[in-house]
Amino acid sequence: MVELAAEKHVRYIITVEKVSYSIRKLTCCPDPLPQYLQKKDAFESVVMEHLRMNGAYWGLTTLDLLGKLHVVDQDEVISWVMECQHESGGFAGNIGHDPHILYTLSAVQVLALFDKLNMLDIEKSVLEGQISAFLVHDDLILIHRAEKNYALGLRSTLTLYSDIASLQNEDGSFSGDMWGEVDTRFSYIAICCLSLLHQLDKIDVEKAVNYIVRCKNLDGGFGATPGGESHAGQIFCCVGALAITGSLHHVDKDLLGWWLCERQVKSGGLNGRPEKLPDVCYSWWVLSSLIMIDRVHWIDREKLIKFILDCQDLEQGGISDRPDDAVDVFHTYFGVAGLSLLEYPGVKAIDPAYALPVDVVNRILLPHD
Amino acid sequence: MHGRPRNPSKPEDEEASAAKASKLRALQSQFLHNHHSKLYDKGALELSAKLLEINPEFYTAWNYRKLAVEHCLSQPGSDPESILNEELRAVEGALRQNFKSYGAWYHRKWVLSKGHSSVDHEMRLLDKFQKADPRNFHAWNYRRFVAALKNISEEDELKYTTDMIERNFSNYSAWHNRSILLSNLLKRKAEVFPKEKILSEEYELVHQAIFTDPDDQSGWFYHLWLLEQTVTKDAPWLISCWPASGSELIISDSKSASSCTASPLSSYFSDGRVEMPVILYFNQAIKGVNTSTVTVRSVFAESKDLVWRPLSLSNFGSAQAWVAFLKFSEVKIDYSMSYEVEVSLGDSSGIVSLNGCPLTHAFQSKFMVRFQQPDSRNTDGQNIGSISWEDSNFQNYEGGPEQCNIIPPCIQLKMAKDHEPIASKWQVDILMNEIELFRELLSAADCKIGKLTLARLLTALDTLMLYNDTSNSCQMRHTEEILALYTDLMKLDPSHSQYYREEHSLTFLRQVSCSKENLLRYCWLYRNSALSDSRNLVCLRLNNLSLARVGSIENLLWVQMLDLSHNELRSIEGLEAMQLLSCLNLSNNKIKSFTALDPLRHLKSLKVLNISQNEIGKHSVDTTRYLCSSPLSHTEASDWRRSGLCSTDDAQLSKYWEAFLVFRDLTLVQLGITGNKVVNEDFRSFLLKILPTLERLDDTNL
Ligand SMILES: [Zn+2]
Repeated sequence: MVELAAEKHVRYIITVEKVSYSIRKLTCCPDPLPQYLQKKDAFESVVMEHLRMNGAYWGLTTLDLLGKLHVVDQDEVISWVMECQHESGGFAGNIGHDPHILYTLSAVQVLALFDKLNMLDIEKSVLEGQISAFLVHDDLILIHRAEKNYALGLRSTLTLYSDIASLQNEDGSFSGDMWGEVDTRFSYIAICCLSLLHQLDKIDVEKAVNYIVRCKNLDGGFGATPGGESHAGQIFCCVGALAITGSLHHVDKDLLGWWLCERQVKSGGLNGRPEKLPDVCYSWWVLSSLIMIDRVHWIDREKLIKFILDCQDLEQGGISDRPDDAVDVFHTYFGVAGLSLLEYPGVKAIDPAYALPVDVVNRILLPHD
Repeated sequence: MHGRPRNPSKPEDEEASAAKASKLRALQSQFLHNHHSKLYDKGALELSAKLLEINPEFYTAWNYRKLAVEHCLSQPGSDPESILNEELRAVEGALRQNFKSYGAWYHRKWVLSKGHSSVDHEMRLLDKFQKADPRNFHAWNYRRFVAALKNISEEDELKYTTDMIERNFSNYSAWHNRSILLSNLLKRKAEVFPKEKILSEEYELVHQAIFTDPDDQSGWFYHLWLLEQTVTKDAPWLISCWPASGSELIISDSKSASSCTASPLSSYFSDGRVEMPVILYFNQAIKGVNTSTVTVRSVFAESKDLVWRPLSLSNFGSAQAWVAFLKFSEVKIDYSMSYEVEVSLGDSSGIVSLNGCPLTHAFQSKFMVRFQQPDSRNTDGQNIGSISWEDSNFQNYEGGPEQCNIIPPCIQLKMAKDHEPIASKWQVDILMNEIELFRELLSAADCKIGKLTLARLLTALDTLMLYNDTSNSCQMRHTEEILALYTDLMKLDPSHSQYYREEHSLTFLRQVSCSKENLLRYCWLYRNSALSDSRNLVCLRLNNLSLARVGSIENLLWVQMLDLSHNELRSIEGLEAMQLLSCLNLSNNKIKSFTALDPLRHLKSLKVLNISQNEIGKHSVDTTRYLCSSPLSHTEASDWRRSGLCSTDDAQLSKYWEAFLVFRDLTLVQLGITGNKVVNEDFRSFLLKILPTLERLDDTNL
């Protein structure tokens, strides 16, 4: 049987990340691209630039799951992440783009990976004029960033919390940004973010939960809005939000579990809706949901592992949606995360609700000395 | 990202891709510049449209266009009609490139909510998209949005789903939308949409899908939904309680922890007071059980002093099972007297289901309580021997059913005669008809969904008949057939065998627990020579039965000693309702973590527990991490460490917090835990700290 080509995947991610960082610099200063990067500057990567923040989260989490997070330049990544923060408090998908809650979560998750959620606190204390308070941290970059922000008079986390909270609507739902699109994906993001920041009390959790429950369907799954069709990605968001708020009693675990386990098709892969093709990314959406409701043993573990491993590019590294398709960071992350949920040897455990390594989540949410 | 082949690209392709990329990059930079400079002239707008046509997912450009629309509309002499039409055109251009673009669909909604466009226009556009991709959920969502915005009737939309299904039944999206529309119509227009008639018609429709291609999943879930609509009622009712109505309880002293006598009832002495649980078990999770919705009358306990607790894993004040402890003061007890206790509920509508339906059937129960004078030999509370689960300590229960006073005479709670029966004739007729049809289907061809549906139909029928049956001899008539179907399914569809195995276990337990006669076959007398007491313990032994799931707990509320060892249990969810349990054997199962033992936290009377030979500590993934009370799900107060123990070493507490949360409120006397990967000297020392009442840990007397 094929094994996980972990080293190749690490190299693949580092290459993609490096290229992206050079490219994003170019979006600000129009110098010509160095020759070696020009070749890689394919249409596919430019078209994804608006969600660079998601890409950073996918790539870096994969590295952490494979025990290789230390190979990236942490300071460079963090300073780039902080440059994507908008003055409203939220984060954009890339520098110069508009803020959206989709990217705010990725930014918070990336900071969490590096144990740097205090970046957000530090800026707050700077705002309050307590510059000395954070000098105990020897991270020069933090101080640098904080001073820069202070000098520019930028607002920050103080507004990040209230920015997320302000996206909650009267019916408990959440909008993705100031333009008002409503989706249970945004409910999950708001809840996940605020829980990681210990600020869940800033929103009306009960109303948020009730809205998600209104999106429950005949098959036990959940849709984007009330009446929306069940979809594995959407189910992950809703089940995840209910898990984080301790509200899984609203889920019919047997009904949803049956629907989810029937996502496994003959090849062993999982699809996201009935009568659709299997895809590696559903290894995450379906599996994490099955784990949160304790029904993951209802699928065939070995067959799914084989399907994911068959989607690897064994020469260049990376994982694709289906065998022999082109690889990308998104599917590489979901493939590795799926293997983690299947307890594949050599891959760190990932938390099914927060979509971060278990040790990161425990570090944040469990009390320590 | 999806469906692109991995072929190594040819140099000329790379060239072309790079050219496209640099063109797009130039557009993006120019666009961002325009956006930041708030340029909304014609050229800038055209550039953003061009960008979105190539890359509809570039969300900032949609935001920009919204700003531009607002800017243009605010200009004197602006023409809203043409401004908004331009936006609709931009969206259509983007959707042609990618009709799964969230940003594009939302932009259209935004334009529409400004009061623009016509129903006809939107419906024509949707028709085009939905014909091209009948499963596009963006289009379906948009359709619901337009229908609501323009007040299109649900009947018309229902007709549309019929058309779509008749064109091609393999359209899960259409079935889904149908279920949403019908639920609304059944609720709001019951005169025009009588449930009985509508359901029959829907069954006909879905048969076409399932019987044409049994492997196509499109109709599977709709059929299951119809079945649920047929048999379940929204309103909650009480299905079981303890003590059973008409029973006579003898409460004896049980200060010494090991005398977990099963008959008569052991009690809960603390500080000279006797405690006795009253358990209410409903058909679904409900909220609102309290002293104003449940009345308890007795000479001892004042109703208003009772505290009703939901027995559930979450802290939201809802549960299927509820408990309150009656407290008797030892000083006032007259040992020659029998005391009557009366429990009644349903006089007020305060008890409601999670979706707000009030309790339908009122309920009243009376039982007698007698107290046994404390035995002078035992008053010092000395250890009278530990529980050993070896076979040799158990004897067949030989007495007849009438002699066994521990099992309530009637397992299932019968509805009072003056209430309408739970099942109507039309429900039974529908089920019989479906059963016949699926038997026919299976006689023609072996198929998984046929077998599974038949098993579910038979289960539903048995359950329905059970609540309707007014005699005391309840039987599940189709158990053998259902068990055989699940056994077949495990072979037919091995990928999902665990699902069928669990259904098999649940069916088996329904059969075992549905009557006193059946239960007695699994009741044994526990005799241990070390037990000086002459009383016998009755143990329900469900060991070695390949059980993968526990169920039918409503029939087992009376159990005080339970052996579930040598099964395949991963979860014990449901056990939290068994408030009388004092001895429990879970050894040799597949329990993977302490969080899976969360139900035990509710079992305050538990004294003897064996969880040896399980898989605790063996797995990196904890599948019950979010199904227990924990700081991760904000169901445990942030100061949980300070509550309880203070002498515990903090490093150990951080390491074993899951075990701490399960055990901290228990007063275990005996614990077997060997054979789990988590166990080592460090862990044992931790257990001794958090379980000060422990007298025996594995084979060691403390
Ligand atoms: Zn995918």
